Amino acid sequence: MSRILFQVIVFLVLGALASGSALAQGQGCDDAIGCVTLRPDDPVTIAWMQTVSGPTSFFGDDAVGGIEIAMEQRDYTVLGREIELIGEDSLCNPEGGQTATQRLVSDPQVVAIIGPSCSSAAVPAIPIASNAGFLMLSPMTTSSALTNPDRESGGVWMPGFFRTVYNNLLEGAVAAQFAYEELGARTMATVHDGSNYAFDLVLATERNFTEFGGEVTFSGAVNVGDTDMTAILTNIASNAPDVLFFPIFQPEGDYLVAQAKFIPGFEDVIMLTADALLVEGFPIDSGESALGVMLTGPAVTGEPYEAFLELWFDKYGEAPPSGFHAHAFDATNMLLDALEAIAVTDEDGTTLVGRQALRDYFANYRDFEGLTGTLSCSPTGDCGAVESMVIFVITEAEVYEGKWPPTILWKPGSENTG
Amino acid sequence: MTKTRTVSRNRILGVPLPAGRSGVDLVISALRIIIVALIIIGAGNTLLEGRFTFEQWLALLFAGLAQGSIYALIALGYTLVYGILRMINFAHGDVFMAGAFTTVFLANSFRHSGFLDSQPLLAILILMGFAALVSMTVAVLLERIAYRPLRNAPRLVPLITAIGASFFIQYTFRGLFGSGFKAYPTVAFLRGTFSVGSINVPIAQLFVFLSAIVLMLCLYWLVERTRIGKAMRSVSEDKEVATLMGVNIDLIIVFTFAIGGALAGAAGVINGLFRPQGVNFFMGFFPGIKAFTAAVLGGIGNIPGAMLGGMFLGVIEAIGPNLVLNGLGIPSANQLKDVIAFTMLVLVLIFRPQGILGERLSAEKA
Repeated sequence: MSRILFQVIVFLVLGALASGSALAQGQGCDDAIGCVTLRPDDPVTIAWMQTVSGPTSFFGDDAVGGIEIAMEQRDYTVLGREIELIGEDSLCNPEGGQTATQRLVSDPQVVAIIGPSCSSAAVPAIPIASNAGFLMLSPMTTSSALTNPDRESGGVWMPGFFRTVYNNLLEGAVAAQFAYEELGARTMATVHDGSNYAFDLVLATERNFTEFGGEVTFSGAVNVGDTDMTAILTNIASNAPDVLFFPIFQPEGDYLVAQAKFIPGFEDVIMLTADALLVEGFPIDSGESALGVMLTGPAVTGEPYEAFLELWFDKYGEAPPSGFHAHAFDATNMLLDALEAIAVTDEDGTTLVGRQALRDYFANYRDFEGLTGTLSCSPTGDCGAVESMVIFVITEAEVYEGKWPPTILWKPGSENTG
Repeated sequence: MTKTRTVSRNRILGVPLPAGRSGVDLVISALRIIIVALIIIGAGNTLLEGRFTFEQWLALLFAGLAQGSIYALIALGYTLVYGILRMINFAHGDVFMAGAFTTVFLANSFRHSGFLDSQPLLAILILMGFAALVSMTVAVLLERIAYRPLRNAPRLVPLITAIGASFFIQYTFRGLFGSGFKAYPTVAFLRGTFSVGSINVPIAQLFVFLSAIVLMLCLYWLVERTRIGKAMRSVSEDKEVATLMGVNIDLIIVFTFAIGGALAGAAGVINGLFRPQGVNFFMGFFPGIKAFTAAVLGGIGNIPGAMLGGMFLGVIEAIGPNLVLNGLGIPSANQLKDVIAFTMLVLVLIFRPQGILGERLSAEKA
């Protein structure tokens, strides 16, 4: 009997504490899913969640660099308060995404999460962040499933997830159209690396290429960590396609390009890759074998981007390690702008940031001018600038003179080549 | 009412086995037959199909030998340390990375100054020496700081320490040089191909193979023909007796780590000349695992075994997926390259548990 009494007392005490804290949290907050309450001296806590250890840490470093530069430009200040930037390593796998998100959502002061880096980490992260009422803004996950709300077709989107990078479906369509219509390719081989990104992009490209009337003659994969690509290249060369599409990252992409020229039967195969290799180091590292390699990717160019790169060099002393720093920079600026727009400050100096209000603001984002182009968000979280997808080609200027970004060869909807 | 069931070692499914054979033997025999049969069927199908030309097979073979040479050089470090201390130095892959990653900056400055093109052989020797020095320093520090205090600890303790040391080295270098990728410059004379008839072999691959052979011969000479080599062998046989004979055990162990480290550093540069890209703080991880496999394959603790194991693994990885898996109709065969490598390990170990050239270790050694 006494045990039941004890349980009842514990239950009542916990209930009182919970309602008390809810009252304290929710004072004056009329947001449907709650507010972040900032007392007069509180900083604004923003979290990044990226892969910053292990073999994929160059993605995370790339994004974190973009985030930090964006915040430095605003002196780490938003809403008249100091920004406290915290970080969590989400690795590039589901376990990392799950753990990092759980940790971040357990802190009620975190206003929003910028991340994750990899689609595979995003799949378990999205429901956790969404159910906890958080805004999750990813600068580099392009898998089409992430912004697809339809569970039947494999979609995993949930409210609160947005991304500043484009959808693989768009990139796959551009790659296939370019290969079929511009290059006149009728057969295509594809290579992915088992990552969510590469597999999804390969599927989208193959589907579009087949719809145009082309034939996919080989679909294969390499492992992350492979250095010897001779075996798969020999296999592809045994039934040489018109074009090889390989949306894989450094260093596997470097190895594939560098070794292809030694493979008998590979002389006439056109090499087409994607934004995974849209990194300044790719032509430098691959040397002359990168000459003529074509890439799909966003045309992140122009003076603002040049200025950004200068800031990067000043801060880190070398080129950005991957191709998503500009998307992270844009994500940070969109977030800070959104906070300025929706936060409400009382006369006593307490600021409330409505979580649903923040989501709604993002869902209605239109024509944000960023480094990556003009960003407008769809209701299911696709904010990536769609007009900027182009085909680049690596020329001697990129390999020998360090020119970057590379030469634009073709834009969808335009006839001009060269 | 309780029934006790005794399972005889000599009965399987109730059927008595021939005298002297246990159920385990039978399972292993069946496994041997199945794996060998799969390999023969796969290879037979591929060859009958005639999908690949003779030149393509040869290209794969040479690429495999070159890759195997790198594995072999790293494997020597595992095998030397195992021979002396009976411990697996899992941080050895990162010792390889330390030399390769540090030297990439010197290599690129050689290219920019034109030294690499005007004196390529001298430049390569300097690079190899520098990388060997860096890796040797890391290996010796590793022994002094991480392993020596644990020399009399249970065997699992230094093993776990090695894994910790591996992370420590990786992230130290990441802190020093960043997480991006670097690449070695390509050397003009390595770019061409060496042709005999219709067979073309990239000179880079020949260079890797020959340099590895030279380094291995030097090591073999050192261990078999010099005083310090004799001391190393005596420590490997029995530490206590070696001490009684006046051998300075600490010195020999440090020397062993230094030699293993120097070979790994040289392998880092050779690897960079052969596969210039992908120089990064994590680059030692996979080659480390492969080299460990190669060392076990060849018979751990045995120097020629490590060389043979490395070459064997390199060739099997290059040829296996196209030869066996394609013939068995397995999709994405090349992604299963590691499956081939580790299946070969299993195959060799079920035929020869001590490795290709390994001796049966006495209870004390094992």
